[in-house]
Amino acid sequence: MTGRRPFWLFTALAFGYSFLYLPIITLIVYSFNDSRLVTVWGGFSTRWYAELFRNEQILSALWLSVRIAAMTATLAVILGTLAALTLVRFTHFRTRMLFAGMVAAPLVMPEVILGLSGLLMFVTLEQAIGWPPGRGMTTITIAHVTFTSAFVAVIVQSRLSQLDVSLEEAAMDLGARPWKVFFVIILPIISPALIAGWLLGFTLSMDDLVIASFVSGPGATTLPMVVYSSVRLGVSPQVNALATLIVVVVATGVIIAGWLLHRQTRRRDR
Amino acid sequence: MNAGPAPPETAGASSLRRRFDRGVKSLTQGRLGRAAVIALPYAWLLLFLLLPILIVLKISFAEIALASPPYTPMLQWAEERTLALQVHLGNYAYLWQDPLYLGAYLNSLKVAAVSTILCLLIGYPMAYGIARAPAGWRIVLLMLVILPFWTSFLIRVYAWIGLLQGNGLINHLLLSIGLIDQPLVLLHSNFAVYLGIVYSYLPFMILPLYATLVRMDLTLLEAAADLGCPPWKAFLTVTLPLSMPGVIAGSLLVFIPAVGEFVIPDLLGGPDSLMIGKVLWTEFFSNRDWPVAAAVAIAMLAVILIPLLLFQRIGERETTGDRR
Amino acid sequence: MPQQRRDPAVLEAWQDPDARPFLEIQNVTKVFDAHTYAVDDVSLRIYKGEFFSLLGASGCGKSTLLRMLAGLERCTQGRILIEGQDITRMPPYERPVNMMFQSYALFPHMTVEQNVAFGLKQERLSGREIRSRVAEMLELVHMTEYARRRPDQLSGGQRQRVALARSLAKQPKLLLLDEPLGALDRKLRERTQFELVNIQERVGTTFIMVTHDQEEAMTMSSRLAVMDVGRILQVGTPSEIYEYPASRFIAGFIGAVNLFEGRVVSCEEELLVIQSDDAPGEIVMYHANPLAVGTPVTVALRPEKLRVLDTPPRDDRNWVQGTVREIGYLGDVSIYHVGTRQNRTVQVQVTNRARRTAGPLTWDDSVYLGWDNDAGVVLTA
Repeated sequence: MTGRRPFWLFTALAFGYSFLYLPIITLIVYSFNDSRLVTVWGGFSTRWYAELFRNEQILSALWLSVRIAAMTATLAVILGTLAALTLVRFTHFRTRMLFAGMVAAPLVMPEVILGLSGLLMFVTLEQAIGWPPGRGMTTITIAHVTFTSAFVAVIVQSRLSQLDVSLEEAAMDLGARPWKVFFVIILPIISPALIAGWLLGFTLSMDDLVIASFVSGPGATTLPMVVYSSVRLGVSPQVNALATLIVVVVATGVIIAGWLLHRQTRRRDR
Repeated sequence: MNAGPAPPETAGASSLRRRFDRGVKSLTQGRLGRAAVIALPYAWLLLFLLLPILIVLKISFAEIALASPPYTPMLQWAEERTLALQVHLGNYAYLWQDPLYLGAYLNSLKVAAVSTILCLLIGYPMAYGIARAPAGWRIVLLMLVILPFWTSFLIRVYAWIGLLQGNGLINHLLLSIGLIDQPLVLLHSNFAVYLGIVYSYLPFMILPLYATLVRMDLTLLEAAADLGCPPWKAFLTVTLPLSMPGVIAGSLLVFIPAVGEFVIPDLLGGPDSLMIGKVLWTEFFSNRDWPVAAAVAIAMLAVILIPLLLFQRIGERETTGDRR
Repeated sequence: MPQQRRDPAVLEAWQDPDARPFLEIQNVTKVFDAHTYAVDDVSLRIYKGEFFSLLGASGCGKSTLLRMLAGLERCTQGRILIEGQDITRMPPYERPVNMMFQSYALFPHMTVEQNVAFGLKQERLSGREIRSRVAEMLELVHMTEYARRRPDQLSGGQRQRVALARSLAKQPKLLLLDEPLGALDRKLRERTQFELVNIQERVGTTFIMVTHDQEEAMTMSSRLAVMDVGRILQVGTPSEIYEYPASRFIAGFIGAVNLFEGRVVSCEEELLVIQSDDAPGEIVMYHANPLAVGTPVTVALRPEKLRVLDTPPRDDRNWVQGTVREIGYLGDVSIYHVGTRQNRTVQVQVTNRARRTAGPLTWDDSVYLGWDNDAGVVLTA
């Protein structure tokens, strides 16, 4: 029994991981293919990378996406943390159900609905009060903050609800005023959740095509929008190169984060 | 020892209330602090989440018009200085009558349900394998599941285009080993849509499953074996029921976004793989029919809310059952 | 046992009608959900330097009362005064009171040193002052060499000591302890009882401790209050509570007890004669206040106050007869459960003076049990 079970578990894992990684690996391999065709191996080359770095459109879209994502992640952490705090700490107030529902809604709403409703609202607002003037980076950021803060709220909420209430009581008992308790006790303890929330917000924003397509205007083209329009036309070696760079950056980040986490737990165990 | 009569416990409700009292005091002794915490997210969500949906609802009752924005207003000054309320139900009737929309809804639900089951079939053994792997390996295996999620969703879908297309890698491989004589039509098919959804959402299935499986007390299985239960039966009667919360969470995380999916059917699907997210997109961007797009969105929300409420009802019944 | 050394001038303060109480709790009530009385009209006077315990089963309201003293819970009614100053509405961060939490509530992201310094920093003391006070506190609890560790690198006993040092660092007028030894294992708990009492004597702070462990309350406190369903049933020194319980509930709650139900048949000065269905002869007991003939009473007798006799007493008073049903050998003493002719089980405790495998009695032995007329207490409640 003990001999057979690891075998089929091993098979399941091997199959699952090759399913997850083979497509990504082919992308990486073909990003170094000199030929434009997928089926033909034209020899090793880095020419697509060189072309990628000369592609003004992609570079400016990347820069725009990074700015939007950083802004989104920061605002989403603030909003999401406040929302989580409200949900965990204020269990009794009128319209709490409405609030809880609104916080969770973006988790279950299809992106097309978020995008469409965002756009229709911006159009209506502009007609009614003249703000926002046209659509672009600001409107994309607002729409992204709205849906990413739900994810941040979930992460922070789970951390906050594990937090021992007597820690706060102890701090107050020792003379710290409520706001000080928040900044000196709660914030440092939940900071890993805030960092995770920020990274998640950044990634979700960087990755979003659908919402951005709805709420952006002329002149504001994010990276996924550029990739999408070139991908619709078929396989593009430059996108392969871009994909490879993204995988490398993300993998490095995840490995560093994992290593830091590992080191931290080891130090704690000592 | 004579311990004396046990004093009666105070009502369970009081402990709940006590937690509330504690909470109120800790961060927000004053009303000001409390208001400051609630106001910002509340206002944001009202303005940028609830209001937009109400606007969509409103526009779904309008008619398309050659104007900017391209729909008729709901409130209009009629000639005799009276305010006329125009509610136009035509869009919904149109959705119901045109087989295209109804078909798209049903197809979306079918594709999402089948993909969810496929994800479960592939994801459960993987989650089980990771949870039972040596502790040192678990974190690495888990990272490997999460890693693709952090890379671009769009690019992961794109990766399949190169593999599936007529002159793509898979056809090339099959032709060269002589399994087929002419390229298979893999891309732009329902098959490709299923593949894309399973591939993209598999991590969402594995993570909650892993979380419940790894928390499971393994002595339960030892107890089952001790009581004469063979491993496969122990799996069916102990492990599987205990991992149900993970199964439900994972299924919802796959099913719900899959229903409204746009990118996958757009890039991998064919003309017959109509999904509602794509219909909405086309209606809006190509036909520029905002009222119909709004009606499609409202109907889609309803379609998604129903299974959600159902699951929540089941979850509630289970928790009250536990308490009893 | 870590009995408090008695300094009559300080510790008998509660007997002095002119003494000013250090802490006054006046008719304090806490209502949850408009009808659940967690604390119901509690009044207490506690004097400087006392080690006072609130004893009761879980849910009796003792922790709620403690949290109201700390300011973590608002009083629904009543007042709390420290040295005559009303602190009922004072927020926790302004009260001259500190608390040691049951979970210790050590800040996980701070070192031992930073934890102890936390309260001092809130007072904006100078760095040097903080350092010297922290060092002093860590020395008091023997944790100096662990100053740079984080709470998750400490054992349960070490955490407990850090929590104590942190709550004492601000030199509070009153220290509240919520089940301070609850999370420790038995051996460590006994040792820590001594330590805690020693520290209290050294710093001279008034301590109020909440516990559900009657042994802990008995060994450590100068006085204790027994609580049940939000009310205080009896306040007194440990020996008062043990020897003169005010009710059957308290007699049963603290220590083991045999209860005999009966009625007063005569009252000769301070001697009550009681007729009971549980004993063959009359029961005669001292009782300070005279009771009317016919009053229903309960006689409470501690197992160690009974004697094993060979024959019934000649005056036919204060005895029962039965057979040994159960034997509990505890090393120093043995406990026998004796089934009486009246179909009752009576517990008797015998000191094992000689070394042998069991006590002098064995199963199914027929025995007579007798007691003196000052061995028990007559209860009317």
